[in-house]
Amino acid sequence: MKILVCISNVPDTTTKITFSSDNKEFNKAGVQYIINPYDELALTKALELNEAAGGGTVTAIHVGQADAEPNLRKALAVGADDAVRIDAAPIDGFFVASEIAHYAKDKGFDLILCGRESIDYNGGMVAGMLGELLDWPSVNVITSISINGGEAHLERDIDGGREVLTAKLPFVGSCQKELTEPRIPNMRGIMMARSKPLQVLPVAANTAHTQVATYAAPAPKAGCKFLEPTQVEELVHLLHTEAKVI
Amino acid sequence: METTTKKQLRGGEFLVKETTAANIFIREDFSEEQLMMFEATKDFMKTEVFPHLPRFEKGDYALVESLMKKAGEMGLLGISVPQNYGGMGMGFNTSMLICEEISSMTGSLATAFGAHTGIGTLPIQYYGSEAIREKYLAKVASGEWIACYNLTEPDAGSDANSGKTKAVLTPDGKHYEITGQKIWISNAGFADVFIVFARIEDDKNITGFVFHKDEVTGLSLNEEEHKLGLKSSSTRQVFYDKVKVPVENMLGERDGGFKIAVNVLNAGRIKLGAAVVGAAFKVIGFAVQYANERKQFGKTIGTFGAIQQKIADMATMAYVADAALYRAGQDIEDNQNRLLAAGKPEAEAKLKGIEEYAVECAIIKVLASEAMAFVADEGVQIYGGMGYSADAPMEAAYRDARISRIYEGTNEINRMLTVDMLLRKAMKGELDLIGPAMKVAQELMDIPDFGAEEDTSYLAQEKKVLANLKKATLMVAGAAVQKFQTKLADEQEVLMSLADMTIQVYALESAILKTEKLAGKIGEEACKERYEMTVNFLHKAAEICNKAGKEAIYAFAEGDEQRMMLLGLKRFTKVAPENLKNIRRSIAAKLLDANQYPFA
Repeated sequence: MKILVCISNVPDTTTKITFSSDNKEFNKAGVQYIINPYDELALTKALELNEAAGGGTVTAIHVGQADAEPNLRKALAVGADDAVRIDAAPIDGFFVASEIAHYAKDKGFDLILCGRESIDYNGGMVAGMLGELLDWPSVNVITSISINGGEAHLERDIDGGREVLTAKLPFVGSCQKELTEPRIPNMRGIMMARSKPLQVLPVAANTAHTQVATYAAPAPKAGCKFLEPTQVEELVHLLHTEAKVI
Repeated sequence: METTTKKQLRGGEFLVKETTAANIFIREDFSEEQLMMFEATKDFMKTEVFPHLPRFEKGDYALVESLMKKAGEMGLLGISVPQNYGGMGMGFNTSMLICEEISSMTGSLATAFGAHTGIGTLPIQYYGSEAIREKYLAKVASGEWIACYNLTEPDAGSDANSGKTKAVLTPDGKHYEITGQKIWISNAGFADVFIVFARIEDDKNITGFVFHKDEVTGLSLNEEEHKLGLKSSSTRQVFYDKVKVPVENMLGERDGGFKIAVNVLNAGRIKLGAAVVGAAFKVIGFAVQYANERKQFGKTIGTFGAIQQKIADMATMAYVADAALYRAGQDIEDNQNRLLAAGKPEAEAKLKGIEEYAVECAIIKVLASEAMAFVADEGVQIYGGMGYSADAPMEAAYRDARISRIYEGTNEINRMLTVDMLLRKAMKGELDLIGPAMKVAQELMDIPDFGAEEDTSYLAQEKKVLANLKKATLMVAGAAVQKFQTKLADEQEVLMSLADMTIQVYALESAILKTEKLAGKIGEEACKERYEMTVNFLHKAAEICNKAGKEAIYAFAEGDEQRMMLLGLKRFTKVAPENLKNIRRSIAAKLLDANQYPFA
């Protein structure tokens, strides 16, 4: 199969998030970037599907700037055959989806996989928008995929349970945690990544529908207060006056 | 790699020559590809090793074996094995970086990895015939076969060449029959490939052989040893009862085994440095996290100066060892590449390339293992009662750290070698120690230079102290050599003192140059705590040089000569007063804020 995997470049999960320019910009100084963990699952699943099918190619695509290239090369090290970077500073989910759709529309992909959301802005929009823009089916939060001929057998999380469905190829899928275990690149893969193609393409549509007005950090967590089991009145008092929940 | 304009010092020359920050390598110089390998190794450790930490303390040899196989599949066992033998063909410093991470969480895996990739692989790679390399190297690099190295015997430890194991040529001339007893053999319990040293007839030196255990008879193993630490590293005795090994399986030449052992140990020593530096980073991380969580008197203990002081000193020792480690590692790699470019065969280039820096390898072994001993000890202390509990990570770290001052040559042997090798280099004319030592002796007679204007540039004062510590070392060493001449080898206590001074000089220089180089890259402000660690270490280094120098001088000088040398020592080990309390608080604040060791 010919699979396209969308890669997002996100701050490491231990990053201390701060903002600059009147809370209008995320402060990137000193931040380590990683491949969005859900996208790593998409990449690993794409490789597994092709291994099970006995062949195929995996292309990793990213909409973003040159500082994301180390992570695209990591995708190559993990096993992608080639990588594409659309050279732009993405503004919103629609911007990203329309760039990817523009790239993918005439390339004959059987499948596009991405993460269920990126762990920085948590938009979770790209898969649905891609499906719409390409006029393909799209399925969110997939926990299992198997492909037989031109049809995919999928499972996905729904509230309080699990949905089983089928979809005709080509389709867009967003990947959930249970789908697979992320693959660590091995040393040979890392060395082979040197010679795999990483294509940089100019931005095509350049459309965004939203822009950030301001950011705000969450209120700091208050410390825990411990009460003895006998202090019921004190508990009610605190819930009323301090926590203001009753 | 930036090799074009580098002016490389020869091994041991650091004691008599200056070098610049541009000429040393620091971990922040690693390429994207090297760092990707490092990150992949970290991910491997996080997913495969960290969740199982308690199992390593329960004699779970199968766990270590399975991890070695997985590491092999990842390509982690063949980092510096040439590509045509199935390895990655990466340079020496990359193999150190991978070793650092894979050795960082438990001594059990560190030892299995070190024994396999170092003494288990290098004799084959460097001394094996083409046929031996064809047969063994790819399978060892991939972990399909695990290797062990059989050198030590009941009466041949530090004196490795005195082994009693015999290799007797069979009447048909086709085999050697090996008979003897080997002890402390790491990986023996699950190894496929055995490298063994035995004496042929009455040869002066031992001879090396390699074989696969399925191809011989007469080989047997004792039970697993009961050890203080490394509880899941297989360590057994190996008995040889007329084990028949084909003559083609000889490594190198007959009578050449001791040379193999010595040369392979150079790499083993500096790689042990990498392993314990990795462990020190992790232990410091645990200690800092605990200091941020544990509350006493209503505050987290990390807010107390007595704890901050420990954290700062631990970080300082790790920082300095790290600086020395990758500086020497790259010097070795560059030298190996230079010899390869000059047309030397691969094995010879690798061997000669590292042999040149044998002094630095011994220095780093001692420096890093003693840094780790300090870090582990203070780690236990910060954990308090929990530090003594086997349910917290410090107890195992403390026990595992202890061996690093013993294996790969005890620190006493390595101290003696440091001085011995420097003096040999001087005698061979490879290193001019005499000239600079005489210059220092002359300077003692001169009136001290009080008038020189203060150089206020970044790290200039620290470099001045460094230059003086070099003088102190040369003064004491020069006088000791003059006094004892060829009998110096019998004065081991003096050798220990000279080694201590030499080690401090290399360590301090590495720290100063690392800080300077990084400040050039990311700015002095971003290097504030690194600068403070350099200053913190400088005071310690000067103190050690003063103490070691005094002990040596007391041991061989008397009267006026003694008085004059003590005055010189005082002058050369003088350091301007500094509020070390505030410096340490600032260093500790950075670690406590990061909740880990943030400089690696």
